[in-house]
Amino acid sequence: MPKRTAKLVLATLVAATLPFTLAACSKGGTSSSSATSGGTQTLTMWTHNAGNKAELAAIQQIVTDYNASQTSYKVDVQAFPQDSYNQSVVAAAAAKKLPCILDTDGPNVSNWAWAGYLAPLDGMDDILSKFMPSVLGKWNGKTYSYGYYDVALNMMTRKSTLQKYGIRIPTIDSPWTSDEFTAALTKIRDSGAYQNPFDLQTSSTGEWWPYAYSPLLQSFGGDLINRTDYKSAQGTLNGPEALAWAKWFRGLVTNKLIPLKSSAAPDKDFLNGNTAIIYNGSWGAADATKQFGDDMLFLPPVDFGKGPKIGGGSWQWGVSAGCSNKQGALDYMKFAAADKYVAAVAVATNLIPATDAAAAMVPGFEAGGANDIFRQYAKKYAVLRPPTPGYTFIATEFTKTAQDILNGADPQQALDTAVKNIDANQASNNYFQ
Amino acid sequence: MSATATTNVSKKQRRPELRPGEAQPGLPRTVLGMILRIALCLVFGLPLVFMIVSSFKPDLQIFADLGTWKAFLPVGSMNLDNYLGVFDRVPFATFLMNSVLISVSTVALGLVVNSMAAFALSRITFRGHKVVLGVILATLIVPFETMALPLLWWVNTIPYFDGSQGWLDTYAVQIIPFAANAFSIYLFYQYFDSIPKELDEAARVDGAGWFRIYRSIIMPLAGPAIATVSILTFLPAWNSYLWPLMVVQTESLRPAMVGIDYFKQLNVSWGQIMAYASMITLPVLVMFIAFQRAFINSIASSGVKG
Repeated sequence: MPKRTAKLVLATLVAATLPFTLAACSKGGTSSSSATSGGTQTLTMWTHNAGNKAELAAIQQIVTDYNASQTSYKVDVQAFPQDSYNQSVVAAAAAKKLPCILDTDGPNVSNWAWAGYLAPLDGMDDILSKFMPSVLGKWNGKTYSYGYYDVALNMMTRKSTLQKYGIRIPTIDSPWTSDEFTAALTKIRDSGAYQNPFDLQTSSTGEWWPYAYSPLLQSFGGDLINRTDYKSAQGTLNGPEALAWAKWFRGLVTNKLIPLKSSAAPDKDFLNGNTAIIYNGSWGAADATKQFGDDMLFLPPVDFGKGPKIGGGSWQWGVSAGCSNKQGALDYMKFAAADKYVAAVAVATNLIPATDAAAAMVPGFEAGGANDIFRQYAKKYAVLRPPTPGYTFIATEFTKTAQDILNGADPQQALDTAVKNIDANQASNNYFQ
Repeated sequence: MSATATTNVSKKQRRPELRPGEAQPGLPRTVLGMILRIALCLVFGLPLVFMIVSSFKPDLQIFADLGTWKAFLPVGSMNLDNYLGVFDRVPFATFLMNSVLISVSTVALGLVVNSMAAFALSRITFRGHKVVLGVILATLIVPFETMALPLLWWVNTIPYFDGSQGWLDTYAVQIIPFAANAFSIYLFYQYFDSIPKELDEAARVDGAGWFRIYRSIIMPLAGPAIATVSILTFLPAWNSYLWPLMVVQTESLRPAMVGIDYFKQLNVSWGQIMAYASMITLPVLVMFIAFQRAFINSIASSGVKG
């Protein structure tokens, strides 16, 4: 290495390591879940919305209001990015460093409660009775979390598209039937006008697969597990109804009605006019309405025999089991459950407010408002993902199975394998008793 | 061999002079070679071009241009909105400085620790030093993901400088566990072994101790190994993602790579991801371009490929 270069590298090293010598020995913010200072107890709160400025601001405002409302406790917010939030929480749980208050994705609640991360929200039953059932995280008869909002899956398309092909516009009381839907997609496909007649967003990963596709299975009459005792998936995930779902699912690909793998951003394909109908969540409504205005339609999911179904449960708030000041944490949880805060977060996120009173305060979500349809879908069609600690395993297994089926695996064999694995996992954990 | 000498040799090797009567390489062969080189440049360069060009486009246009050459060209609506969005959403300067701090400190500390360990193994004969070297090399086959949880337990258990328990949520926890590195020790060991031991003996005759030999004889001759270890330590430290997620809770301590998750909400902001990725790639790219000759020479001299 030339001498000048070496000197430059050395100078850079020294310059960069100088601040380190000053900063390296100090710790970050509050690293314990609860700390006391001058008679005021500080409660640490973790949230997943570091990348969502509007939602974080709404949460921060609730915390500011709470801190100003009393002198016993001070809540301190630490925000994490959503995509890696669970990894941070699980690592903190392993290190016994969970905060007092934290948010969690709805389907994880029962697992986190069973694993000892979360404590029940004791004494909040009256307050929580006003919340939509789909935003409450329950396990073993106890409530562990509540959410400010829910989201609703729907079929997004354009009025002009359906009119062009003479396709009936379905309603919440009269959704498309399976045959009607297939006929509609076939017409669109045969026209050749769209790259994708329908897009299920198969390129999405993680929770999308069980969240989006298990309601389709449920509409056929199947399910991820038998919900009477949550012990086995035998008959529910590999019975005739589930098999019919699997064949239909694969048929979408073989009949060229959906792409085997969607693009990296299927929602953009819809907005660019490459996709006729997209299966999407209500979070995509604002962009779609901005692009197509009054031409946009947010239609109910298809009725495959047992009525339309959509997934329920989004991000929810809970108290950690290891919190050294549960009373303070519960005090905050009660304060933060006020309708005005539910409304404030819904305004910030443009998602479905979790209480009727809050919905009335949020423009668009009031009865008859432009977004009220999503609230109706959530109330009428939402099915919670199975509230069993084994759900995390079930979700992974279902995702793998659905991907195999979509790629051409023998449906019955794939479903039987999934059932075998799920049952073995439930049994090996003593059914999470 | 000094770096300058190595450079001169490399230049000669790249462009051999033709002897009288020797034929020029055939035109088709030259053209084929050029085509191959251009193809390689495109394979490695186009993703970077796509990233930078897309960082100036709105999300809808990025995906409308996909599948055509427009995806690599600055055409259509170009603006700085994505960059403004990045600064609005992420404390970019803090994250970038943290990454610089963590990466440079890891490199600096790693150079000292690993070279000293290698020096001891190469120069000081003690009972079982081959076993120690073997054990160090054996750790190379253990992936970091396997060690992550035990390491988390350790850093959460041992006392910190201020007497409190655990190192979580600090800069130190992102640096110190990665200072010692088996591959770096092996590289230094290999290089030190190629330096004649007569130099040590001459120094010892002049009254030098082990540390003086290490500092004044061995390290000044180990330029290529130092440069190689610096690069190989810097890149993983700069790209560090899983470990900071596990051990850092305070936003002001997070490195740049974790910041990319800020853009993956229910609606993914692809343009902002491209803008952010461009900004965090730029320092590494500039550094590589500035020092590319030194890097290539050091890698060639120390026998490391890839």
